[in-house]
Amino acid sequence: MKSLFSILTVLATILAIWYIACIPMNMHEAATQADRAGQQVTPESSAERRKMGRLSLTVKNPDLWGSVYAQERPQLPAPHQVGVELWNTTVGMVAKGRALSKRSLILHAWITLSATLVGFVFGTILGIVLAVSIVHSRAMDMSVMPWVIASQTVPIIAIAPMIVVVLAALQVDDLIAKGVISMYLSFFPVVVGMVKGLRSPRRMDLDQMKTWNASRSETFWKLRLPSSAPYLFASLKVGVAASLIGAVVAELSLSQNGGLGARLLAGSYYGQTVQIWSALLAAAALAALLVWAIGAVQNVTLKRMGFSK
Amino acid sequence: MIWVWGSLAFWLAAWALNTRLSKHKQTWVRFFVPTLFGITLLVLWEGMVRGFQINPVLLPPPSAIGKTFVGEISVLWGDLVQTFFKGALSGYVIGCSAAVLTAIAVDRSPFLQRGLLPVGNFVAALPIVGMAPIFVMWFGFGWQSKAAIVVVMVFFPMLVNTVQGLQSSEAMQRDLMHTYGASYPQRLFKLRLPAAMPFIFNGLKISTTLAMIGAIVAEFFGSPIQGMGFRISTEVGKLALDMVWSEIAVAAIVGSAFYGLVALAEKIITFWHPSQRG
Repeated sequence: MKSLFSILTVLATILAIWYIACIPMNMHEAATQADRAGQQVTPESSAERRKMGRLSLTVKNPDLWGSVYAQERPQLPAPHQVGVELWNTTVGMVAKGRALSKRSLILHAWITLSATLVGFVFGTILGIVLAVSIVHSRAMDMSVMPWVIASQTVPIIAIAPMIVVVLAALQVDDLIAKGVISMYLSFFPVVVGMVKGLRSPRRMDLDQMKTWNASRSETFWKLRLPSSAPYLFASLKVGVAASLIGAVVAELSLSQNGGLGARLLAGSYYGQTVQIWSALLAAAALAALLVWAIGAVQNVTLKRMGFSK
Repeated sequence: MIWVWGSLAFWLAAWALNTRLSKHKQTWVRFFVPTLFGITLLVLWEGMVRGFQINPVLLPPPSAIGKTFVGEISVLWGDLVQTFFKGALSGYVIGCSAAVLTAIAVDRSPFLQRGLLPVGNFVAALPIVGMAPIFVMWFGFGWQSKAAIVVVMVFFPMLVNTVQGLQSSEAMQRDLMHTYGASYPQRLFKLRLPAAMPFIFNGLKISTTLAMIGAIVAEFFGSPIQGMGFRISTEVGKLALDMVWSEIAVAAIVGSAFYGLVALAEKIITFWHPSQRG
């Protein structure tokens, strides 16, 4: 109850800042529109206005403040504009019985979600396999780990079009192509977290296993793996968010099939800022949902495993 | 086919050598093993491209990329300065220090902890790269818009990690500080910040790659005629993939060096953590 109140206060503060920020951000456009409509604007020439800063223009035209919230293509759309767009493209489309039409965000969100899940599953498996082999083989640790790190410094968006081209030449499904890019982003946090987790048992615990004459696999299943669980879940949360980003980025180059990334791109082509923001918020909501789901599994699992919170 | 079989044989030989060498602990082995592994990958790549006669428009061989890399070194350096030193690094420093300061404030106030942290977790999972076109629209084509996107990208992962780290000291240790009658700054600098260091470095390490990616991606949406993202997008259009791969190589080298520096600092500062005592 108390935390709900705090969250709502923080959110209300953010909304208030957002609304206030809209005024200077959209002032130039508002002044131009008012000038065309024959209203009094200071200063009068548009060349002078263009040279002026946002804030000074805002201060000089207090009577235009109200008009910044109703623009077609604002620099910074107001929250309610984004909200209306979100409502129209989700619930509004369902009400019209066209929940899966091309204009519906539900369809685009589903396209992105499916690619995200494919990439997340691939990435988690790859990450865990790599981490286990890194912890158990010195050769793997010494040779692979530096390159795993180096692989993340490659800007994925740069090679995303190339991956798409190569996979298309090999006649791979688009879903898998996007999944590969998601996997590329999501396996890294899993590797880093799992290596840290698998190495987290203390010397004393490892020595204890040794005195019990435990084999390597027993040490792995009974000590290393259970004690890596908190690290694994922390990594999975990062990984699922990363694989959503991967899917969105991949959709920038596979935009003919739709998806939230394709909506972003289309919005930025046509200067539809409201559409950009609503696609961003939808992606954020999707990410939050995924992270929350993993968090729920984490809470139950860790509690049953006896990790005290 | 000789190229394919030759490179596969090289791979097996190098792997056998690496497995043997990795049992030793000398310093040169620690550098030699990953280097040999990297060389193996390049040899495999070269062998496959030549053996299967893959079109260089699809995948150029490393030898062609190396030639372009050496030939265009001054262009690559200019791009690196624009993207990494001006955009990524300044954004990284601003974003990370702002996040640590905010985290301390959040840790101090239970109200912010309950309110800001869930919101921060939410934003950390946002595909913030998607905001790049918006930031370019707001801050112009120069490095400032790249630094801005980097600040936003690194801020929330860093914040979440630091707050988690500040809470990681055990109740017993906090009680002990309490019985010592330690003041807040004393508790912060002597217990909580040191205890938070593994988490802070986790955030710093994640942020290094985010900073590179953010700065490069932002350049796709507009940049002066310099910068790695700009170069990649224009050279892909010209199908000059050897130049694209050269830029990717630069990004990988610089990014790894950056990560390595942070990891080195971690090793020095958190020498006491179990994961550092392997």
